Amino acid sequence: MTHRFSRLRRASQAAFPALLLVLAGCSGPVLDPAGDIAREQRDIILFSTALMLLIIVPVIILIVLFAWRYRKGRGGTYDPTFDHSTPLELAIWSAPLIIIIALGALTWSSTHLLDPFRPLSAKAQTGAQAAAAAGQPAQKPLVVQVVSLDWKWLFIYPEQGVATVNELVLPINRPVRFDITSSNMMNAFYAPTLAGMIYAMPGMQSRMNAILRRTGDFDGYSANYSGAGFSDMHFRLKGVDATGFARWLADVKASSRGLGLEDYRALLKPSERVPVLHYSRADTGLYRRILERCVEPGTACSSQVMMQDAMPGHRMMPSRDGAEAPKPQGAIFKENSRSTGSSLAPKTPAEHSPDHQ
Amino acid sequence: MSDTLAKAIFGRLSWESIPLHEPILLGTFAVVALLGAVILGAVTYFRLWGWLWREWLTSVDHKKIGIMYIILGIVMLLRGFSDALMMRLQQALAFGADQGYLTAHHYDQIFTAHGTIMIFFVAIPLIVGIVNFVMPLQIGARDVAFPFLNSLSLWLTVAGALLVMASLFVGEFSRAGWLNYVPVANLANSPDTGPDYYLWALEIAGVGTTLSSINMVTTILKLRAPGMTLMKMPVFTWTALCSNVLAIAIFPALTGAFALLLLDRYVGTNFFTNDFGGNPMLYWNFVWLWGHPEVYVLILPVFGIYSEVTSTFCGKRLFGYSSMVYASVVITILSYLVWLHHFFTMGSGASVNSFFGIATMVISIPTGAKIFNWLFTMYRGEIRFELPMMWVVAFMLTFVVGGMTGVLLAVPPADFVLHNSLFLVAHFHNVIIGGVVFGLFAGMYYWFPKAFGFRLDPFWGKVTFWGWVVGYWVAWTPIYIVGLMGTTRRVRHFDDPSLQIWFVIAGIGALIILVGILAFVIQIAVSIINREKLRDTTGDPWNGRTLEWAMPSPPPFYNFAFTPVVHDHDAWYDMKARGARAPTTGYLPIHMPRNTGAGLIISALAMVLGFAMIWYMWWLAMAAFVALLVVSIAHTFNYNRDYFVTPDEVSRAERLGAGV
Repeated sequence: MTHRFSRLRRASQAAFPALLLVLAGCSGPVLDPAGDIAREQRDIILFSTALMLLIIVPVIILIVLFAWRYRKGRGGTYDPTFDHSTPLELAIWSAPLIIIIALGALTWSSTHLLDPFRPLSAKAQTGAQAAAAAGQPAQKPLVVQVVSLDWKWLFIYPEQGVATVNELVLPINRPVRFDITSSNMMNAFYAPTLAGMIYAMPGMQSRMNAILRRTGDFDGYSANYSGAGFSDMHFRLKGVDATGFARWLADVKASSRGLGLEDYRALLKPSERVPVLHYSRADTGLYRRILERCVEPGTACSSQVMMQDAMPGHRMMPSRDGAEAPKPQGAIFKENSRSTGSSLAPKTPAEHSPDHQ
Repeated sequence: MSDTLAKAIFGRLSWESIPLHEPILLGTFAVVALLGAVILGAVTYFRLWGWLWREWLTSVDHKKIGIMYIILGIVMLLRGFSDALMMRLQQALAFGADQGYLTAHHYDQIFTAHGTIMIFFVAIPLIVGIVNFVMPLQIGARDVAFPFLNSLSLWLTVAGALLVMASLFVGEFSRAGWLNYVPVANLANSPDTGPDYYLWALEIAGVGTTLSSINMVTTILKLRAPGMTLMKMPVFTWTALCSNVLAIAIFPALTGAFALLLLDRYVGTNFFTNDFGGNPMLYWNFVWLWGHPEVYVLILPVFGIYSEVTSTFCGKRLFGYSSMVYASVVITILSYLVWLHHFFTMGSGASVNSFFGIATMVISIPTGAKIFNWLFTMYRGEIRFELPMMWVVAFMLTFVVGGMTGVLLAVPPADFVLHNSLFLVAHFHNVIIGGVVFGLFAGMYYWFPKAFGFRLDPFWGKVTFWGWVVGYWVAWTPIYIVGLMGTTRRVRHFDDPSLQIWFVIAGIGALIILVGILAFVIQIAVSIINREKLRDTTGDPWNGRTLEWAMPSPPPFYNFAFTPVVHDHDAWYDMKARGARAPTTGYLPIHMPRNTGAGLIISALAMVLGFAMIWYMWWLAMAAFVALLVVSIAHTFNYNRDYFVTPDEVSRAERLGAGV
């Protein structure tokens, strides 16, 4: 289905060369992307714009025309009683209605087809891409776990057992599935050339499926303001061929750095403009712990909490059973505790972590 | 004094809270202090304190309250626009090795303050002000339904604005974006005073706005002149009704969300925290549940202004009055169903996203119908291009483009690319400047002669007009373009040098808008100086069509000596056509509300309460809270709250107004 909308685009190209001329002036990742999904998104932008211009352009012309023609002193027809016309009013309600029906249909289908959560294989079966893909064996998507840290991007390749900071290398022509979460701030994982963006949220996982078609060096951004280091929180997106990917993997694996729980906690400290880092051995359970918010020793993973909550006769916070867990503190209580000298600072017994391995 | 004692008295306020190390803030403070001293000095020198207190500060007259709202809006516009200029300068400079002149700490406060101020303390006060001034006159009412409440609403809004301004010089403002987004605004991530300033300021102002909406809706529903059925109300009154009905429904969502976040920050609840079952996304839903309808709270009354202006200056009844009314009502209802389009990228799933996307597009149908209605009001009209009408044409040409990019962003797959990009920022400035701001100017120029009895100077008005219109396009077209290149918003520093030229152009555009703003200030000064030359003695300088033009300018404090009887939605035009005149004898006593300072005092106490809470001065907060309760209860025992204007006084005032 990759080119499902490109026929529409060709139609719009023919109809609105002027618009295209303007758009051609600004190329860049949005209008000339290297990924299939981004390309289709681009086509939808162009087609929707063309569709709306069908009504916007005449309206603009009419505004200028009427403003000119009926200005006082020019002697245009003056009919102060012309304030109602049923056919005209039907027309002015139905003209936008028709455009919106067309656009609404496009919205419904394209939103479902291009849903970032939808696996790419399912997408391929529905369109013209199916034919092209039919010859090849179905490819298992490459999984990349993405974590937004303060303020750098961590990419874990669980199947390859490696991880990087601020560098995302993808083999071209292979579907990729991103599992995305955040350590603290909310952010948006945005690679305009690949497939647009989706939020990275703490304690939650979002997903994005994409495929890159061109080799090259591209930019990836944070698209949702996340605090002081936000502006310079970019990553390099590199599209490489299969051999290039293997070579890069070997390169990363040669790195002496490993990424375990301790290393991750060190990485968690807020930092800005972090250079590219490679980790040869990445803890495979790390991503789940980040997602379930149990990286700190003594904190229970959310699945654990929910399981205990679901049990009959449960208590509100399972971690309170054994020892003092880090409790949230509001300003009022914090102030009080400070003035009385007693500390409510979290005590963190390392033994109370049911799934610590 | 020991540290403990200082802490008990001043909470976390100390000398370090005053940003002496920030030269920009220090300079600003010097200028503000100087201006303030000049104004206070002048008021003292000319012995105006008594007059100010009696005639303005304690006034419950809807016209004066409206004017004070508008003054607040214009003053805050200057502050909000200074923030805009600073951002434009930073973005034009900060490329590659150059980090610009603002630290992230400062820049993040500026973009937060800019958005907060422009919406809450510029757009809302200007709109509430115009509705306050015009609507009761249009429906032939004596005043609003609850005159004291109106005064309270105004001063609560002012208290909020003052808290925001105070954050400039004492402590700091929020760095969490204009809606104070969590997790950035959570206590763990922002332990400073910033989010507290934000929350208390908007909590107080939000209460004011909610009360004001209740007041306006009651006024429109209960105080219309005899004969004015709903379908004979002027369109501006209709849109004011829709807008205020919306506001009543949505502001509780916002103040509620802020209250929960305050609980998170002060007592350690976990509504929006990352851990312990809290969920930041809940906050996003709450604030946008308010946020999108808010767009229509702002734009609907402005649509009303455009309708009144178009009809008056085309010398025609509005084309499609009833379809205009239905369009407003449809927009009101639909605007509740679209908030999720502000975060399609949160991943709600394709069906939810499609629903909200399509609902958003559907709104463009009634909005499109409105554009056509204005268009066909111009058709076969006799258009006088006075200042208000110039803004209408500029609006129509600008707004259709903003509407188009808005519908484009409502298509979720397009939004997945363009969300949080500068394209989005350009879109909402396109509709807010091209829609709301242009309309506010049209409204201010249109009704200024009614409020003060003289017109605004047309030459400086034209400079203002061209400054804003040309400036808008020069400033925001490049932002659309860089947005299409994938540049994201709220960025302080860029790496790609090829983008710089666009930001320089945008900066030039902002300077052209600055010319427009300065020309507006000059225009007001010049008009006041030349007021005798610009004087309007008729009370109806534009050949108006609605009731506010049926009285002298400025209107007497009791509005109409005789409540008019309405037969048509262009009531005054209808009266003029039939040669109907108001009687000049046989006046009856008029029942009027008495001025009271209670609104001002309660708001001042609310501001002290907010300030004390922000700085953790618990004793002061408690004292202010108790005082607030006491004054509020005491005010309910004030039975000296109304009086009658005698027929003699009315007769004298009427002769004065008629210039006899």
